[in-house]
Amino acid sequence: MDFLNAIVAILNYVVVPATAYGAQLALGALGVTLIYGILRFSNFAHGDTMAFGTAMTILVTWGLQKLGLHFGPLPTALIALPFGIAITAALVLATDRAVYAYYRKVRAAPVILVMVSVGVMFVMNGVTRFVIGVDEIQFADGARFVISAKGFREATGLAEPLAIRTTQVLTVVLAALVVWALFWFLNKTRTGKSMRAFSDNEDLALLSGINPNHVVAVTWIIAAALATTAGVLYGLDKSFKAFNYFQLLLPIFASAIVGGLGNPLGAIAGGFIIAYSEVAVTYAWKKVATYAIPGFEAEGLMQLLSTEYKFAVSFAILIIVLLFKPTGLFKGKAV
Amino acid sequence: MSFLEAENMTGGYGAADILHGCTLKVEKGQIAVIVGPNGAGKSTAMKAVFGMLKLRGGHVKLDGEDITTLSPQERVRRGMGFVPQVNNVFPTMSVEENLEMGAFIRSDDFRGTMEQVYDLFPILKEKRHQNAGELSGGQRQQVAVGRALMTQPKLLMLDEPTAGVSPIVMDELFDRIIEVARTGISILMVEQNARQALEIADQGYVLVQGANKYTDTGAALMADPEVRRTFLGG
Amino acid sequence: MSQHQPTAAKGGALRAPLFFLIMAGLIMIEGMTSGWNGALGILNMGLISAILALGVNMQWGYAGLFNTGVVGFIALGGLAPVLIAMPPTPGAFAAGGWQILIGLLIAVGSLVLTVWLNGRLKGKTRALGVIAVLVAGFFLYRAVFDPAVEAVQSINPSALGYLGGLGLPTLFAWPVGALLAAGAAWVIGKTALGLRSDYLAIATLGIGEIIVSVLRNEEWLARGVLNVNGIPRPWPVPYEIALQESPAFVERMAALGVDPVTGSTVLVKLLYTGLFVIVLALLLIAAQLALNSPWGRMMRAIRDNEISAAAMGKNVTRRHLQIFVIGSAVIGLAGAMMISLDGQMTPSSYNPLRYTFLIWVMVIVGGSGNNWGSVLGGVLIWYLWIKAEVWGPDLMSLITDQLADGAVKRHLVDSAAHMRLIVMGLVLILVLRFSPRGLLPER
Repeated sequence: MDFLNAIVAILNYVVVPATAYGAQLALGALGVTLIYGILRFSNFAHGDTMAFGTAMTILVTWGLQKLGLHFGPLPTALIALPFGIAITAALVLATDRAVYAYYRKVRAAPVILVMVSVGVMFVMNGVTRFVIGVDEIQFADGARFVISAKGFREATGLAEPLAIRTTQVLTVVLAALVVWALFWFLNKTRTGKSMRAFSDNEDLALLSGINPNHVVAVTWIIAAALATTAGVLYGLDKSFKAFNYFQLLLPIFASAIVGGLGNPLGAIAGGFIIAYSEVAVTYAWKKVATYAIPGFEAEGLMQLLSTEYKFAVSFAILIIVLLFKPTGLFKGKAV
Repeated sequence: MSFLEAENMTGGYGAADILHGCTLKVEKGQIAVIVGPNGAGKSTAMKAVFGMLKLRGGHVKLDGEDITTLSPQERVRRGMGFVPQVNNVFPTMSVEENLEMGAFIRSDDFRGTMEQVYDLFPILKEKRHQNAGELSGGQRQQVAVGRALMTQPKLLMLDEPTAGVSPIVMDELFDRIIEVARTGISILMVEQNARQALEIADQGYVLVQGANKYTDTGAALMADPEVRRTFLGG
Repeated sequence: MSQHQPTAAKGGALRAPLFFLIMAGLIMIEGMTSGWNGALGILNMGLISAILALGVNMQWGYAGLFNTGVVGFIALGGLAPVLIAMPPTPGAFAAGGWQILIGLLIAVGSLVLTVWLNGRLKGKTRALGVIAVLVAGFFLYRAVFDPAVEAVQSINPSALGYLGGLGLPTLFAWPVGALLAAGAAWVIGKTALGLRSDYLAIATLGIGEIIVSVLRNEEWLARGVLNVNGIPRPWPVPYEIALQESPAFVERMAALGVDPVTGSTVLVKLLYTGLFVIVLALLLIAAQLALNSPWGRMMRAIRDNEISAAAMGKNVTRRHLQIFVIGSAVIGLAGAMMISLDGQMTPSSYNPLRYTFLIWVMVIVGGSGNNWGSVLGGVLIWYLWIKAEVWGPDLMSLITDQLADGAVKRHLVDSAAHMRLIVMGLVLILVLRFSPRGLLPER
């Protein structure tokens, strides 16, 4: 019984939240890695693109709720998501036209593009705050739980609860769908293949008659979709606050680099590696240990690192990877 | 009139010219080879023909049509195929996808062309689902040539196709190039392995300092004692 | 950056003095319209910003290194006044201070041992050995460290609860701040330099966040979010109260016809200004000498063409590490100065947008690679940043004047503060695009 309790505790406090978080990071990292692969720079504005997309989705959600539209047990934000994506895609495409296109034309060094993306980040951050404010916003509605703590305890008779929120299930399912669609697109369609070709060998892609502007535009649209989806799922799962999205940049970059920048599969693996490490290292293992080891009396919380240092986990993993395998675990393109 | 006529090409990358009135001609279905010492401007001449270099003088005509001002992409559409010396495949894409990308500008059915490429390079058919980056050097060159053939070019340009491959693989590649030429495709090729290349060449150009030093048939150049002594090592 | 045009910038030799004159004029106008206290306040932070920009310019302008963790190095420098100038907490070292230090030594020791083992061992033993040492080191460190922290933090938690400092003069803290930042920079540079340029940007972003969160959470160190107040002022700056209580001062102010309260605040600010100007001048002289020395020429050669510089036998990574450490030291120094100006350490105020990216705007607008440009950019952008806070809502009220009162109008006026971010971002983008050499281009 105690053993089962230990497993349920691990599931409830580590596996479930880390899986949802990992899926969110993976979507974010996919966007970063795609931009890196095609446009060849680390997009510092990605966190704020997520924030902007989420803010737009929230606005549409509010509008829908005012109209009395709901999505049954699912959050209304899900209906609003396509609108959020469309607005965000329009914004990043306009940004590309107004800002980044010039630097591609003059073939600027990547570090200049990184810096320009910092400028874009500023503007997007300001716009987001301007539109929706700096406060924390909860916008999840619909059914709260798929499995509630109380229901689980009553059904199993275990002391430990297991709660799975709708948003967590939704995150994993939607992320899986998005990833499947993305890989189908990249591997099976002509445009997707041309994007991979462009990422692999830009000069040869140009020689083969692949239109760079088309590839770049499609990349931005996909990145906007990924960023908005990741942002909305993160916001539904936790809450929306503009500054938190800026702070997500570090774990997202860490995920992308750990997996190998430019490698989509790596970005997904990286997202889960970072998420699991972060949750596992900042979780207080006292309860699990007490269940698992009979007669064990824990002295402290048995927490390796306090939650305030969760970003240190991504950072430490990032540093270790940079030290030992700078191209990432799945062989990215950058050294 | 020759199929490709690049006459009096003068130009370079920056202020200084690398090509000084260089002239290259290729007849239909024939193989022309450019040889010469390091830094003679061989690859530059090839790039000039392909439009990757702005010319200050001279002109390039393909099948009687002046294409001097066209971009490389445009020239591909007009029937030029180009195989760069390095980075000439998409490493993380499969062999088949590499060929598909070669056919990117084609809107018609290109499966027949792909079969022709597979007939020419059977090993590629065998490895068609493998990533090009995982192949050996010689096989990668075959992918590169195959990719360029996918547009059904009338003129195929190869920049040192045998660089870094073993002598056996080199002989095989040359055999394939002859086969390609037999199908009516003109070939313009830069080669370091001057002796072997001239053996298969219908026309040979020896470039020195961006200008034509000797121009003759491959066999004639091989027989010329001066050329042998200076450029073919005796 | 690498597009060097041989022709001199418009305005030639008079350009820099002209801009500095305009800047001085703006400060004067501020002083005459809104009072000297405020004007000097802006100038003092402007001078610190100038030093910060100088440090970032060394990294970016001299060497092309993109440091996105400036905020961390500022915060680390700011720790120095707490550690150096605050009085030691009585009994803190006896209660657990030494034990904390031992705990930290264990942590560092096991890291060093790990690195050493990593170089010595091979294959499977290497992985096992490294992991074993790390795990053992971590638990030993926690066993020593945790109870000690608790002991220290329980000493009068409402007022103290931390180790305190050494009780030394504040001026000593400034170079110490530089050293702290330099140390962190060395560790980061050692890992991330020599790889792709983006990696340094990402790694510094991380270290910036981590340093700030350490300061926020480690109460034994600098009281975390409880803040440390009353950090002693640097010599020779007096306290306003002391001045106002001094009859001699009051008399002199009366003779000048100045209110003693105003007079004391202005005098204090002026003394800070003097101190900061001295530091800035020394740094500027050193930076100019360095930039024009063979070393500086080599740096720029590396920046403009890393490959050819490496081909000429220059150790690019080593040079980059050097300049990265030096630049971070300057940033740390400014961080320490800022804390001794504020007199308090408030870790929650270290916001990356304000302390990293604003500094970047200063460097780019001033003119990357030009030390004078950084100084100008530092003071000018700081001035605009402060003024924009006032102008934004005013401007928005003006724009929305015709709008009917209501939620939309209120929202627009309320969120005008966020316009600062938008404006700064636009300034950065526009300068990079249309005037990448900045106001005072590199010669």
